[in-house]
Amino acid sequence: MNIDVLRQSLVKLDPRVALHNPVMFVVEVGAALSTGAFVLGGGSDPRWFTGVIAIWLWLTVVFANLSEAIAEGRGRARAASLRAMRADTTATLRDGSQRPASQLTRGDVVVVDAGEVIPGDGTVIEGIASVDESAITGESAPVIRESGGDRSAVTGGTRVLSDHLVIEITQEPGQSFLDRMIALVEGAARRKTPNEIALNILLASLTLIFLVVVVTLKPVASFAGTDISMTTLIALLVALIPTTIGALLSAIGIAGMDRLVRRNVLALSGRAVEASGDVDVLLLDKTGTITLGNRQASELIPMPGVSELELAEAAQLSSLADETPEGRSIVVLAKGYGLRERQLTDEFAFVPFTAQTRMSGADMDGTRLRKGAADAIVAWVGDEGGRVPPELQGEVDRVGREGGTPLAVARDSQVLGVIYLKDTVKEGMAARFEQLRAMGIRTVMVTGDNRLTAAKIAAEAGVDDFLAEATPERKLELIKAEQAEGRLVAMTGDGTNDAPALAQADVGVAMNTGTQAAREAGNMVDLDSNPTKLIEIVEVGKQLLITRGALTTFSIANDVAKYFAILPAIFVGAWGVGSLSKLNVMGLGTPQSAIISAIVFNAVVIPMLVPLALRGVRYRALGATALLRRNLLLYGVGGLIAPFIGIKLIDLVVHNVLGA
Amino acid sequence: MLQGWIQIAVFCAITVACVPLLGGYMAKVFSGQRVFLTPVLRRPERLIHRLLRVDPERSQSWKGYAGSLVVFSALSWLALYVILRTQTLHPFNPGGFHSGTWDLSFNTASSFVTNTNWQFYGGETTLTDFSQMAGLAVQNFLSAAVGITVVIVLIRGIASRRSGAGADDGLGVFFVDLTRTLLYVLLPLSIVVGLALVSQGVLQTLGGSVDFHTLNGTASSLFRGPVASQEAIKVLGTNGGGFFNVNSAMPLENPNQLSNWIEMFSMLIIPASLPYTYGRMVGSRRQGWAIFSAMAILLVVSVAVVYVAESHGTPAQHLAGLTGGNMEGKEQRYGIANSSLFTALTTVMSCGAVNSALESLTGIGGLVPMANLSYSETVFGGVGAGLYTMLLYVLLAVFIGGLMVGRTPEYLGKKIEAREIKLVSLAVIFTPLIVLVFTALALSTKYGAPSIFNPGPQGFSETLYAYLSQANNNGSAWAGYTGYVQPTAGNLGASGISFADLMGGFAMLLGRFVPIVLVLAIAGTLVRKRVTPVGLGTLRTDTPTFVGMNVFVVVLIGALTFFPALLLGPVVQGLTDHLF
Repeated sequence: MNIDVLRQSLVKLDPRVALHNPVMFVVEVGAALSTGAFVLGGGSDPRWFTGVIAIWLWLTVVFANLSEAIAEGRGRARAASLRAMRADTTATLRDGSQRPASQLTRGDVVVVDAGEVIPGDGTVIEGIASVDESAITGESAPVIRESGGDRSAVTGGTRVLSDHLVIEITQEPGQSFLDRMIALVEGAARRKTPNEIALNILLASLTLIFLVVVVTLKPVASFAGTDISMTTLIALLVALIPTTIGALLSAIGIAGMDRLVRRNVLALSGRAVEASGDVDVLLLDKTGTITLGNRQASELIPMPGVSELELAEAAQLSSLADETPEGRSIVVLAKGYGLRERQLTDEFAFVPFTAQTRMSGADMDGTRLRKGAADAIVAWVGDEGGRVPPELQGEVDRVGREGGTPLAVARDSQVLGVIYLKDTVKEGMAARFEQLRAMGIRTVMVTGDNRLTAAKIAAEAGVDDFLAEATPERKLELIKAEQAEGRLVAMTGDGTNDAPALAQADVGVAMNTGTQAAREAGNMVDLDSNPTKLIEIVEVGKQLLITRGALTTFSIANDVAKYFAILPAIFVGAWGVGSLSKLNVMGLGTPQSAIISAIVFNAVVIPMLVPLALRGVRYRALGATALLRRNLLLYGVGGLIAPFIGIKLIDLVVHNVLGA
Repeated sequence: MLQGWIQIAVFCAITVACVPLLGGYMAKVFSGQRVFLTPVLRRPERLIHRLLRVDPERSQSWKGYAGSLVVFSALSWLALYVILRTQTLHPFNPGGFHSGTWDLSFNTASSFVTNTNWQFYGGETTLTDFSQMAGLAVQNFLSAAVGITVVIVLIRGIASRRSGAGADDGLGVFFVDLTRTLLYVLLPLSIVVGLALVSQGVLQTLGGSVDFHTLNGTASSLFRGPVASQEAIKVLGTNGGGFFNVNSAMPLENPNQLSNWIEMFSMLIIPASLPYTYGRMVGSRRQGWAIFSAMAILLVVSVAVVYVAESHGTPAQHLAGLTGGNMEGKEQRYGIANSSLFTALTTVMSCGAVNSALESLTGIGGLVPMANLSYSETVFGGVGAGLYTMLLYVLLAVFIGGLMVGRTPEYLGKKIEAREIKLVSLAVIFTPLIVLVFTALALSTKYGAPSIFNPGPQGFSETLYAYLSQANNNGSAWAGYTGYVQPTAGNLGASGISFADLMGGFAMLLGRFVPIVLVLAIAGTLVRKRVTPVGLGTLRTDTPTFVGMNVFVVVLIGALTFFPALLLGPVVQGLTDHLF
């Protein structure tokens, strides 16, 4: 804890700031009133008592502010390092002119050479380069950024290490990714989330009813022949209103965002974090998430009348310009047939993979080579007027059944054969999905593979469902269908193709390596570009809500003990019989020490719970009922018992040691 | 004592056995399905629809429903007020009674329109038979039916499975629901119960009073009237306003053990069956039983505490050398067990009929009726009102419990968000709020003082109880709190205590209609909510754990609000041998 945090917690005493939190505002007003009573003197209470209560009420407010300041402080360090990166650079535009980076607007095209800092967010339109993004991701290994494809997005403030890039700027001044990130980690852009608003209403209502309880207690008690001082009434009020949760509520929210930041996930709104706790369906891309991603070509299966060598040659040629790991593995496999890399003629034209055609290949010397999903090739060959050998489907099905990915290869109108791509499921995925199931979340694997392959891998990985032969359109449809049934859908994505689905999903996590379009469509960005992180995001979302619920329960349950501490003390003279002192079950020393102990407990419990608020209540993947039982016992019953012990211990100090 | 426990257990068992019968029947009635009475009642029902010009097919919005309900109740109020103020013109006025004062009539009219049946007047000495029959008994039916319609609308709101409905939300039509409640539920049951009571010797006559000479020769007169017909709906509709001033302790209103059981059963059966009706209408009987269980736990605890406390007597009794239970204010013919059971039932159920004197309970025994009232009729409660109030607490429990399982809270698939919490919180704190404020005013102003008869904690208890009872629409009294001074029978020369009459009247009206409008508003927002399918991560609301959570919330919020007040009243008396 540093000076800045302390300063922040005093600045927040400003009533205009305090007004945002009705519970703590009431405490602050109470503190001010009791300070007034202390200064003016008089009344039935000893002056030291009024003074002590006033001090502890101020401390209660300061502790609340402190918890918020600490939560904010954790983000602030990170923001400072980010801000340093924003240090003004000068951008070189394509026409050679220079302009300060802060004046770049959407549509400007800049040139960045090796060693230079990228001046703003944008899309690479020319070139390929390695970029050091450690400043924002913390990952020291440089990443490749290239034009076209799904790795075209660059972030302002990162540094080009090799080669040079031509970048089209996609941000308006002052609204860069970095700017948003700084605002987010600092909590400056923080708005109350829907659930937080609902909880605040409940807490304000409880505060209101306790205010009425305490205000009406004055005439009621005087009817019973006992006078209660204003200071005591204020102390009772503060003890009863839910100060514990009221003090920690915003810290819990900030800490939730911060926990995501620590996992290198940026939530662009608190609403998204909350929604992630509610997710019912998780769409996971097979490749890279469930399987290792690098499918390796392991076997070539020629069609009747085609030699294995002929197939290998066609496969190799169609993959020469294919830089995907699969493509490279095909070239490697083909080498085993004695085919060396060859000089390409000018006639060679690479046909890139698109999500619509689901094929790639090459056109050379009048022949056209294609490889791709079997149904796509069948359709293509059909269009070319060729005939599909009946054996094809059998081989494709076999490969699929064995969990591989079949790629069909065709030359003009002839299907040559099938490439067997082997796919390996990541270790530990089944256990992960089992955990998700226990949380009540259904996992759906999304893959471009055909049904058979998808089914095999889905079974191996243990997902609940799969979407085979997925296109961006089908993915979007699936999300809409799930949502129409009232489910909340989360997904990860990186490509421009994914943008509509990311935008449609309730929780859309864009990979930082992805395209600018994807990053803008999602409501979270994962700087590590690790698709399995969705699971952690869900956990953080749940933790956030659990922590709120647990501390609310704790706060309300505490009131019982506080009543038992304070009421016997203030009703000691009621009706002149003193029988209510039998309710002083804690055996607290004097009325003053009892009230002081309750107020001290009420105050110190706030800093004691700050670590819990920041860390969050641990989430366990139990069923909802088991989880409720557990938390109800821990925070409900615990909240009933704990203050009895705490207040008694404080009273031992206050009464027996300090002599109050 | 064992015999007493056995009686209590048998009574509870009989009730539980009957719950599915009546509960299932009501579910059919309110879903518009055919029941065995349909052939008989269809024609009169259609006739009433035609007379009222309502179209049963065109559902009202919550605002339309609330509007009809409030206007209907206002007209009922006016009619009752006029009846009470024109007694000299009445037929069936054998005693030649005059009208009560304006302030008393305000209180009484408010009392019966709100299903409270708080009685500052003594029935047999101030009201004509016409007032009793055409005024009070009619409102006993109507106010009970209004309560039931409100809970039915809330159930429809929760149960609705079509999202984003347009103008027609499917909440129902007020006059259609009101007619159905009266024709299919309240009237048939009242006829059966009324006849059963007559068979046990409860009076039913328009013959006026009879004069007689007591054993020591003094002339006296016995007031009589159409008691049984009013008694049946008094208990069935959890109204509680007795024909006679001493209510169900009067032999002509409740002659024996069997009639006592019939009355207790009739009080309990509709409120106890409604959770089952609820379960059926939301498509899960378990949900209904879960709510029933939460209510039953709190009821059983109440009964047990009163019974034990009353059997045990008070510290002051022990000091005076008396042994055995506390029989002060109890009828010999019921004994402690059946008086304790009646007391617990009438106060949890917002009925307010009594067969023993609450103000004569031991300190801890007296704590129970007060604590029961402080739960704002959640434990079975008034017909309809009990279940809708309990559902508010269920929503609160769902909100806090839902957070604790890590999802934004939802109840039966409907998300509980800021708007619902705003309405629920308001509805939940509103009644305690007016109780506290009104009690404080009554205790601390010079206008309140004339109403408080006793000194000390007893005087405090009767004042607190008066506002607890009126604001929660219960109607039972901690005798001693007065709003009407009547030197002789017949209202001549009588005067009302305006402060108590008006404050009480407003407590009843506000405590009834503000929560009703809020509940209808909640139904209005819930009905339009999208339904989230149930998953493993969804908080289940039909498990013992949730029942525990529900009880926790009811007790904590109820107890926390009234804890200081309860200490100064019954608890003080329970802990001391000092006699006040």
